[in-house]
Amino acid sequence: MNNIIPTEETHPLTWRLRNDRETVWIEEYCKKNGYFSLKKALKTMCPEDVVHLIKESGLKGRGGAGFSTGLKWSLMSKDNSSKIRYLLCNADEMEPGTYKDRFLMENIPHQLIEGMLLSAFALNVSRGYIFLRGEYIKAEYILKKSIQEAINFGFIGSNILNSGFNFELFLHTGAGRYICGEETALINSLEGRRANPRAKPPFPAVFGLWGKPTCVNNVETLSNVPSIVLHGVNWYKKLSKSTDTTGTKLMGFSGKVNNPGVWELPFGTTAREILEDYARGMKSGLFLKSWQPGGAGTDFLIEKHLDLPMDFTSIAKAGSRLGTAIAMAVDNKTNMISLVCNIEKFFSRESCGLCTPCREGLPWIVKILESLEKKEGHKNDVKNLERLCLDLSPGKTFCAHAPGAVEPLQSAIKYFRLEFEAGISIKKLKKCSNILGIQSNEFTSKV
Amino acid sequence: MKEISTTFTLTTFEINEIEKQKKYYENSRSVSIEALKIVQKKRGWVCDQAIIEIANILNLNPSEVESVATFYSQIYRQPVGRNVIRYCDSVVCYLTGYEKIKKFLEDYLFIKIGNTTVDGRFTLLPVCCLGNCDKAPTIMINEDLYSHLNPDLIPNLLELYK
Repeated sequence: MNNIIPTEETHPLTWRLRNDRETVWIEEYCKKNGYFSLKKALKTMCPEDVVHLIKESGLKGRGGAGFSTGLKWSLMSKDNSSKIRYLLCNADEMEPGTYKDRFLMENIPHQLIEGMLLSAFALNVSRGYIFLRGEYIKAEYILKKSIQEAINFGFIGSNILNSGFNFELFLHTGAGRYICGEETALINSLEGRRANPRAKPPFPAVFGLWGKPTCVNNVETLSNVPSIVLHGVNWYKKLSKSTDTTGTKLMGFSGKVNNPGVWELPFGTTAREILEDYARGMKSGLFLKSWQPGGAGTDFLIEKHLDLPMDFTSIAKAGSRLGTAIAMAVDNKTNMISLVCNIEKFFSRESCGLCTPCREGLPWIVKILESLEKKEGHKNDVKNLERLCLDLSPGKTFCAHAPGAVEPLQSAIKYFRLEFEAGISIKKLKKCSNILGIQSNEFTSKV
Repeated sequence: MKEISTTFTLTTFEINEIEKQKKYYENSRSVSIEALKIVQKKRGWVCDQAIIEIANILNLNPSEVESVATFYSQIYRQPVGRNVIRYCDSVVCYLTGYEKIKKFLEDYLFIKIGNTTVDGRFTLLPVCCLGNCDKAPTIMINEDLYSHLNPDLIPNLLELYK
């Protein structure tokens, strides 16, 4: 496992990493077969070939939803009368517990840029933006420098490698707010508006940035494209141990483990292998109470689920979502109510406030959790929380923010109901026991 | 500390920087967030008059710029200290003990979240997950990121920021 030396064949995303973890700049990237895929695509392929290839490869979006990238690409409007269309890279990584896009951008920025060039070529796009969150200062510096390097080397600009293909790439940095990572909110933010999500349809593929066909892909998704173009579909499919998802994925474990980190692993690697072999298990004296497979917006799972292969279907069958596949371990000394309360405070604060269930429901959840945490809960509080989970489920809110927010809550109640019920206060109703000679029929009542 | 709005004008440098941004986008509205960041960079925050002037440059209504300025958490519409401490309060930092760090900072600086020290040196704010969970807990002071933090390290760290 840890002794494996990453090669181009086995670790397409990370084999170029330097041992000292300094950024791989353009000279080194080119020496390590960098921009080979771009040269190959521009010389030997037409845009449709690339779209077809990515569709065949089974590449799924790495931002959390796991939608087929090839399918997303093929939904882009075919209408060539409007020549303008856009490619956006979603680098607004803000999901609590996720640190994979930052890792890719800071270490191998040119892989992302090459991925964007190939995607732009496939989609007939001549202008792209990287939407980077404002707090990623180091990534901003590295990407700015890398884009300039790529321009100097003639990979970005007009008539790239004498192919007639033109592409310009801009870096846009945000100013906070988690909701900017939702693709239509991201488009609004890029247009200089409040980052409220847009109603779909029309989908961005038809009506996106400034009303033009727009494709939004995650950093890791785009970073996968160069190796697929270079080595082909069969190789890519064989990389995975899983039957339903192809390729490799950046996976990780954080929390109170001995060696928190992120590693490139084939889909289908079990969570136990990541936790025990790579993250080297829980810190001494602690054991695993529960874990989230991929970010704060995914359902909690428990110890028995560790043997599940990490891929979209297996984790979904267990009642959760693979999400970003950067898992988080919860130790036995952590109180689930306090933990979930922390997560819900985050989602409540980050709600954009556009739709009522999300704006009102999330603070309500926080209020209930805070009283349960103080053991001052009302007798119906756990039921009310479950009711709120239903009221904020998919389809009842404008975007996926609130449904994501209730996933950890509903699963925490499912597995740790007793902890929640222990937060309900039981007080004797002394004053009610005998009022005007009428006796309360509930001597002890859950207040 | 508060700037007097009647004498406020954007510097030529700021105006040029904002104008330069226009060529990257299809219309000037898209520049509004970047314009706010440009103004905030040197001044620390964005005052009312700055909103009006940005609106003039971008040919927008001041209320449109204001609606953006008040939405994004990293645009400050009130004066802040010379140094802004942003501590990550997301779930992994919660597991690894951000609350101790927050409590220490509050006690050490005699301020609550969102406040500025009397001498105007520090402002304390929470921030979404900084994507540094494998090195949690983590805080950011101005543009610098600090990992594996514990309260004992904080006094010396703060000495770096005057």
